[in-house]
Order: sequence, then structure tokens, then C-alpha cells
Amino acid sequence: MKTMDLQELEKRFQEKIDKEIKIEPNDWMPDEYRKTLIRQISQHAHSEIVGMLPEGNWITRAPNLRRKAVLLAKVQDEAGHGLYLYSSVETLGADREATIDDLHSGKAKYSSIFNYPAVTWADIGTIGWLVDGAAIMNQVALCRCSYGPYARGMVKICKEESFHQRQGFESLVTLCNGTPTQKAMAQDAMNRFWWPALMMFGPSDDESPNSAQSMKWKIKRFSNDELRQSFVDATVPQAEILGLTIPDPNLKWNEETGHYDFSPINWDEFWQVVNGNGPCNKERIEARTKAKEEGMWVREAAMAYAEKRALKKTA
Amino acid sequence: MSNREWPLWEVFIRSKQGLNHKHVGSLRAPDATLALENARDVYTRRSEGISIWVVESNYVHASDPSDSDSMFEPSDTKVYRHPTFYEVPDGIKHM
Repeated sequence: MKTMDLQELEKRFQEKIDKEIKIEPNDWMPDEYRKTLIRQISQHAHSEIVGMLPEGNWITRAPNLRRKAVLLAKVQDEAGHGLYLYSSVETLGADREATIDDLHSGKAKYSSIFNYPAVTWADIGTIGWLVDGAAIMNQVALCRCSYGPYARGMVKICKEESFHQRQGFESLVTLCNGTPTQKAMAQDAMNRFWWPALMMFGPSDDESPNSAQSMKWKIKRFSNDELRQSFVDATVPQAEILGLTIPDPNLKWNEETGHYDFSPINWDEFWQVVNGNGPCNKERIEARTKAKEEGMWVREAAMAYAEKRALKKTA
Repeated sequence: MSNREWPLWEVFIRSKQGLNHKHVGSLRAPDATLALENARDVYTRRSEGISIWVVESNYVHASDPSDSDSMFEPSDTKVYRHPTFYEVPDGIKHM
């Protein structure tokens, strides 16, 4: 393609974005737009799938049948969400299995929150409330993403996820109204998950070099810090209702800005976890790799069976 | 490890009797039977449908978006195909 053509195509592409016209799979798009989306959507898909691990661990340990059925439905949803997202990635011409292999080799990342363990039952409620709460804050913004298949997937995911946050909150209400030991367990979970939940929104705006381009392409609609602030503002009153203390001595309402002020985030911890040194990074990747390798015979058997049946039909 | 991937299928769902099947997404499955079962699990966990079609993506032929101007222009220029193009005298209530 001639340089002039490329410039013209890029100009038209940006005009469509500016006019809020969605980009669909077969439309022309800049290579970098495609690459950014493949990276972002596949990492989002990996997060859904890896996110099943800490919760899946508690399905057999749920305190009663109701909680067990709810947790099972939630984990099943996460699998579905992963699949919608892998389908979106494929519309961009990416190879689904290659993106999964990138996860297993450590080349692709996933949300760092899932590298923290879920050690008590209160963690399950807290994950629903804070982790899904933060994810929803991010995903609601992505419903208006300029790439059609991703935006449509997000709409479906957001509809389904609102129950995830509510079931977590409900479970915490029960614990917080229970015995002092149960309440203490809820507080302990809060203490461990608060900061990692805030880190889910990613680095501060001034440390996030790709953000400006993503905003221009309307892949992103709000900056990391804006979304993080919205999450804090929405969550503080909920913690008050539970009677839980947010583990931040500097958290206080700022009359002037109309937002809560909070302490700086420990970005060293964030980067440590992103770069593979969190409490569960190794365990998570091992579990995913094992699932693919040890489940491969099932895929192969299903394929062989389908081929055999197809042959019989034509014979 | 197998290099052969399960084929890709497009999924269409009829949300209720009387409505069209509508495209909802895609999935991978080894054959039509499993594609239908997977579609049930992936796309209808909350009573979204009463009927599912799956079509192997290979068999879908699509118009080229870069041709869409010339492809759809003939219809854009024929305003007389719409009832609002015509003037109706005052006094006529329903037509």
C-alpha cells in the first residue's frame, strides 16, 4: 500500500471513531489498533479464566447449599465470559490457542488480583464485592468501546456480573451480622483485598503511556485514575453499611473535590505481582497449563469421533 | 499435542417464539451436536433463547465493508421507495 493511501485510511478511521461509528471485524483498522485490542481482549479473557481458580477452590467448601449453588453459577459465568472474549479476539484474526499459549509461557498477563490466595470463606464474599465491583467499574466503561464485538461482549458480561457483586456483598452482610469471629474474618479479608482491588485499575495515568492512544481510539473512555476514584467513592459507603474499616488511615471525604482522598498505592507491590512474583502466580499458571495438557486427549477424542461420524454419513 | 483445532461456529438464537434467530457470537466445537450443546451453556444461561442455530463459520459469506458505499448506494438514492416521499392532501386521515 502506498503511504498516501495509508494516511488517508487512518484519517477516515479516526473520523469514524470521532463520529462514534463502531469498528467491525472486516473493517479496515490500523495495525496498532488491532494489536492493542488483541492484547487487551486476550488478557481480559485470561483474567476471566484464571479468576475461576481462587473461587473454584471454595465450591466444595461453601457453608450451605444456597451459597454453593450461587458460587457454582458465578464460576460458570466466568468461564462463559472468558469464552465470549476469546471469540472477540478471534474476530481480529488472532489465533485463540496461540493467545492461550502466550498466557502459559508468561508472555501474556492477566489481572494481578488473581495472584492473591483466597484463604478463608470471607475472601469469597470479598472477592465478589470488591474484585467483581472493580471489574464492573472497568467493564461498564468498556461497553462503549469503539470495537463492536468487544463492546457487545461487555454489555452481556456486565448484565451477568451485577449478580456477582451482590452475592458477595450479601455473603459479607451475613458474616458481619454474625459472631465476632465471623466479623473479624470479614475484616481480615477486607484488609488483604482492599489495596489489590485498587491496583486492578492499573498504573496511575502519568505511568500509563499507552492510555492516551487508547483514549483517542475510544478503546478506553476513562483513565485508570478516574475509574479508581469512582470505585473508591462507590465503595466507602458500602463498607460503612457492613461496619468494616477500610485499611487506609488517610481515607477521608474531601468536601472540596467531592471525592474521597486516599493514600498513595504501593506500586512496587503491583509491579512485583505483575512480573510474576505474587503469592500465587506460579500456582495459577501451572493449573492452567495442566488443564490444557491433561485435557488435550478429550479434545482429540471429540475431534476423532466427529470425523468418524462424518465419514459414516458420506459412506 | 494436537495441532488441529476444533472448527469455529457462529451461534444464532431465537429469544422467543415469533422472533428471528439473531447472531449472538461464536464458539469452537468438534461437531454440530457439541456446538449446539456448548452454545446452550455459553449463550443461554439465563433463558435467553428457545431455539439455537449453529453454522460453521467457514460457510458464512460476507459483503466487503470497503465496497459498502457502492453496494448500498442504489437504495440510498431511491427516496420514492418510502411513503414519506409522497404528499397527501389535507383531509385524508389514514393512508
